[in-house]
Parts: sequence; structure tokens; C-alpha cells
Amino acid sequence: MSRIQESVIVRTVVRIMVPFILLFALYVIMHGAGGPGGGFQGGVIFGAGIILYAMIYGIDAGKKKISDALDRILASTGLTIYAGTGLLCIISGGMLLQYGAVPLLPDNPAEVSKYLIDFVEIGIGITVSAVMISLFFDVSSPESEEAEE
Amino acid sequence: MKTLALFVVILAGAMLIYAGQDLPAFGDINSPAYQHRMTQYFIENSLSESGVPNIVTALLANYRGYDTLGETTVIFTAGMAVILLLRRREK
Amino acid sequence: MSGVLDIVYAEYNYWIYVTLMMIGFYAMIAKKNLIKKIIGANIFQTAIFLFYISLGEVEGGTAPILVGGHGEHAAEVAHEVIYVNPLPHVLILTAIVVAVSTTAVALALVIRIYQEYGSIEEDVILAARRKLQPEFSEHARLKGGEDE
Repeated sequence: MSRIQESVIVRTVVRIMVPFILLFALYVIMHGAGGPGGGFQGGVIFGAGIILYAMIYGIDAGKKKISDALDRILASTGLTIYAGTGLLCIISGGMLLQYGAVPLLPDNPAEVSKYLIDFVEIGIGITVSAVMISLFFDVSSPESEEAEE
Repeated sequence: MKTLALFVVILAGAMLIYAGQDLPAFGDINSPAYQHRMTQYFIENSLSESGVPNIVTALLANYRGYDTLGETTVIFTAGMAVILLLRRREK
Repeated sequence: MSGVLDIVYAEYNYWIYVTLMMIGFYAMIAKKNLIKKIIGANIFQTAIFLFYISLGEVEGGTAPILVGGHGEHAAEVAHEVIYVNPLPHVLILTAIVVAVSTTAVALALVIRIYQEYGSIEEDVILAARRKLQPEFSEHARLKGGEDE
């Protein structure tokens, strides 16, 4: 454990900041339709929040929050949400990812498109954040195993 | 070897700067890319067709939705490739 | 004199990107360290991103988010404002994601190479490979064939 990880100031600041970073990430994902933001940016911020926590409190504490299995499931879930939305459009009689074809609000296809774009952005965000977390854990895992031995 | 690399780099840079003389000026509103009717179409119609005020999001998720699906697959595949390369087998 | 200054003012951004791109290119072809090669590739990619974004820039333009787009009469408002070109932004958003993915895979490969050979210097790895695995090395196999 390095000196930075033992510092009380750093640990306290990280413990206070991480929930707000995650909240901001959700805001950026959900705000992608109406302002600067989107799934990729928000997903990276979410992943960075978890990575910050794992850097200061240790890899094992981070893996307790998001385990490897959960990580893999989340990464595939996001992609499935996106592809499933495309498939939903085909089932509804449109082309792949033609959002207006989904008969949620028959009189206003642009409104349907707005909500489905938000949905797709959530899928992108889940995949990107899960992949970012998994990259960090993969690159750092040999050191933590050596520390245990 | 380093001299050769430096020579190649300077030559390529000089060629790029020479070729870049024909590019539109910085911030030019009459540049062909901005005056093209695709750009004007997206700026005028993306809200009524996608219902999203952010033109970049409308382009990304609606007009280029298939491309973004592939993009998400790329990042997913990169994550899986790193897992294959680095993760030790669970005992 | 003012003509030269006009050209410099209009095109200096491209010169900056060419310089940045050539710094990355030099790092990619001249450095032996694999990590430095990856850093060079990233600088190269960043130069391309900046080039595209500056192509989309319009003087006096605002971010491509429709002003008043949340209200009822959004379509009328949209015509009066100048927006920067949104197409390069979208293309570069795609390119950034691909850049991140390639960097991640490249770094993972470097980590595996380091675990295998104990070095990230290109010539050390090639020498070790020729020495340890002569049957897998194309160069050594051809050489050995000539000797026998």
C-alpha cells in the first residue's frame, strides 16, 4: 500500500467525491439528447469514478463493488440493449434502428425517436463504463495478487 | 537511422503543409463542407426528424445509428480482447 | 506584407496540426520503446482529431445544440443562429472511441510481451526471440537454412 493510499485527506475526499462523480456521469448520459453529453462520455466518467475508488481503497475493495462477473454481464447487457432496440424497430415494421417505426406514440414518431435515442445512449453508457472498469482491473490485477501472496 | 527518420518526417511535414494551402481558412463560413446541402439539411431537419435538440446526438444515434452500433461493438471487442490477453484463469 | 499575414492567420492551425502529427510520426518510426511508439500513435491520432474539428469551425458559430430546442417553437428559432458544422464532431466521436480501443489492446499486448520477454525495447525483444525460439523466428530459420 503506497503512501497516497494511506493519506486520510485523500481517502476522505475520494469517499465524498465518488458518489457525486457517479451522479454526474448519470446526468451526462441522460443529458446527451438535450445538451453536451452522451453515452460514451458519461460511460467513461462513470468508469473513472469506480477506477478512482479502486485506486485509493485497493483493487479488492473495488472488485467488491463491481465484480468481474457483473462487469462482463454489464458489458454484454449494454450492447444487447442497443442491438435489441434495432431489432425492435425491425419487428415493428421499420428498418434497423428506424426509431419512428416503433408504435409507442403513433401520432408523433419524432417523440418516440427521442425516447429511444435516450434508451440507446443508456446502453452505450453501460457498455463503455463496464469495459473501462474491466480494462483497469485487468491491467492492475497481477500486482494485487502478488500483494496477497 | 535517426537521421533518416528525421529526414522522412520533415519531408512528409513539408508535403502536408504544401498540400494544405488549398484548405479553407480557419473559421470560414463559405467552406465547402459547411455550405454543402447535407450539413444544412442536418442543421435544419434533425430536430423535426429525431426530436433531439443536440444535432451531434441526433446524427450519432439516428442517422448514423448503424455506425454507432458497430462502434459499441468495437469497444466491447477491445474489452474482451484485453480480458483474453491479460486475465489469469480463475482457480 | 499584409498578404503574408493573412495567409498565416488563415492557415496557422493546419501548420500546428502538421507539426503535432509529425512529432507523433517521428516517435512511431524512430523510438525503440514500444510504449513510446504507442504514445506517438496517440499524438498522431490527436492531431487528426484537432484537424477535423477545426475544419468544422465556423467563425461566430455556437455549439451544434439547437438554441431553444427544448421549447415548442424550436424549428423557427433554429434558422437565426449560426452553428458550427456537426458532421466532423460525429466522425471524431467515432474516431476517439476507436482510438481508445486500439490503445487499450496495444497496451495489453505490450504487457504480455513484457511478461514473456522481460523488456519493452524492440531490439532486445527481437534478439531474445531469435535466441530463445529459433524455430518460430522467420529470420533465424532462413539464416539456419542457408548455413546448412
